[in-house]
Amino acid sequence: MIECKNLVKIYKNGDVETMALKGVSFHIEEGEFVAIIGPSGSGKSTLMHILGALDSPTSGEYFLDGQEVSKLNDDELSEIRKNKIGFVFQAFNLLPRATVLRNVMLPLLYTGTSQQEREEQAIKCLRYAGMEESKFHNRSNQLSGGQMQRVAIARALINNPSIILADEPTGNLDTKTSHVVMQAFQELHRKGHTIILITHEQEIAEFARRIISVRDGVIEKDAINEKYHA
Amino acid sequence: MLKDLFSETIWSLTGNKIRSGLTILGIVIGIASVIALVAIGQGAQNSIAASIQSIGSNLIIITPGAQRGMVVSAGRGSAETLTLDDANAIGSQVQNVKGVAPEVSRRYQITAKGNNTNTQITGTVPAYTDVRNVTIDSGSFITDQEVKSSDKVAVLGPSARDDLFGTGADAIGQTVRIKGVDFKVIGVTQSKGGSGFMNPDDAVYIPLTAAQHYLSGDNFVTTISVAAQDQNSMAAVQQAITDLLLQRHKISDPTQADFNIMNQTDIVATASSITGTFTMLLSSIAGISLLVGGIGIMNMMLTTVTERTREIGLRKAVGTKKIYINLQFLAEAVVLTFLGGAIGVIFGWIASMIISGLINVQAQVSFSSVLLAFGVSAAVGILFGFYPARRAASLSPIEALRYE
Repeated sequence: MIECKNLVKIYKNGDVETMALKGVSFHIEEGEFVAIIGPSGSGKSTLMHILGALDSPTSGEYFLDGQEVSKLNDDELSEIRKNKIGFVFQAFNLLPRATVLRNVMLPLLYTGTSQQEREEQAIKCLRYAGMEESKFHNRSNQLSGGQMQRVAIARALINNPSIILADEPTGNLDTKTSHVVMQAFQELHRKGHTIILITHEQEIAEFARRIISVRDGVIEKDAINEKYHA
Repeated sequence: MLKDLFSETIWSLTGNKIRSGLTILGIVIGIASVIALVAIGQGAQNSIAASIQSIGSNLIIITPGAQRGMVVSAGRGSAETLTLDDANAIGSQVQNVKGVAPEVSRRYQITAKGNNTNTQITGTVPAYTDVRNVTIDSGSFITDQEVKSSDKVAVLGPSARDDLFGTGADAIGQTVRIKGVDFKVIGVTQSKGGSGFMNPDDAVYIPLTAAQHYLSGDNFVTTISVAAQDQNSMAAVQQAITDLLLQRHKISDPTQADFNIMNQTDIVATASSITGTFTMLLSSIAGISLLVGGIGIMNMMLTTVTERTREIGLRKAVGTKKIYINLQFLAEAVVLTFLGGAIGVIFGWIASMIISGLINVQAQVSFSSVLLAFGVSAAVGILFGFYPARRAASLSPIEALRYE
């Protein structure tokens, strides 16, 4: 499913080179729920960007569904993101003036699916993500944080992606709502989706089945979460 | 795909109605003012050219000029150097002359049945109708016989008739009184159109001899109008008349000529250079508002793109290709400028119609001004909509999403 071999990422800022990833290798199977945890500056965000086809590694190989992604150009990466990856961001990143439905349908733009098909699929995904039906036509800036994140999850699901990539999905939420959202991810996991969760909070990471700890650009620990509770 | 592009564009534009509206307003004002002002300028130019044409065709006008270096009697002097004999000499001795119309013109108070008006009284000869494009609406013009016998008859211009006898009244057979002398109305001329200070319809024609006899009391004429055979012979005729009159007036140095000779082409050229300047002035004022409108579009596009960097980042993150992001912003700019452009053309057209009604100039909306105004705003809108969008679309989605 996901195969990373010796990923290295170097950022250049003038003459200063920063090595964000110093050779990271791992393997994720279909249907896994993996948390990548690490303090800020550990390289976990860089790793997330590479896994999400938002950025390319300086060296190393990244196979997604058997396809080598690390050498693709901008438009080819767009294609990967469109077809294989669903994003859930910390800041939700919903279009504030758009309705819930419109936000969820956003990834289907310019794909040639009919309007009706899009709406049907969006409604299905929203129900799947546990969004209240009465809010489907509300503007997304009228929602609570927890509701926004459910909309974001529905949006991540709409293209039927190979992996769902959640980048600090609970970062802007209170503890109680965080737990609700994490339970939603566990629910998706049970239904067979592959989920990669990026977080700096141990407590949140423990909702995942497997935890990869990153520190200073290398994997410190990669283990099954003993405390996993469904 | 196109449907998506269209619906996204409309959604974006209607999402911020006030800003879109103000941008469109800026374009509308810019385009409308260019179109209206250019239309009025060109209308004025055309109407002035037309009214100059209406005084006759291939016309050469001779007026008395300065008498330099001679003993001049005070008060009268230089204005009286042309005579009926000069006119007759031109008619008989110059080649390619179609007609010669000497005239004595002056403004007098004229009364009829208790009404009175102040108008141009022109004493002239029958050839005047041909030379100065005067046509008779009812009755007849002055005849040779009437000129020969200095009959007290008058032909009225329609405006003069309206002023003296009431609009459209039948004036033929009535009597008008000029400087204490009664003249019988024998005809009314057809309207030439025009208004204001150079209204050709506000005129009264009487036999030349009668004017000299009863009104001016001397043998001079104030103007000799000569119609050349055609456009090509104008220059030759003008030269021949100059030579003839110099010879007749015994002047050897042409710079000392006691008369002025002008042809219609000169008048048209002078007038159109004046109206051309006027049109340029109007157009540059309009151009400024077009520029301001353009800057409005620019400003709107730049702020929109900056403000929507995160949105662009999100769209890129969910897999929208760069080209579609570019296209969407381009489409927004195109819709704004074309909507504003279309409304602006309509408003400009309406404005020029209204103004032409008010100032009596037939405004002409020219295709080139529409094209120019539209082109400038479209170019500005598209350029400044496209450029920042291109930059934003090239940002990496990570950076765009982080943008605050």
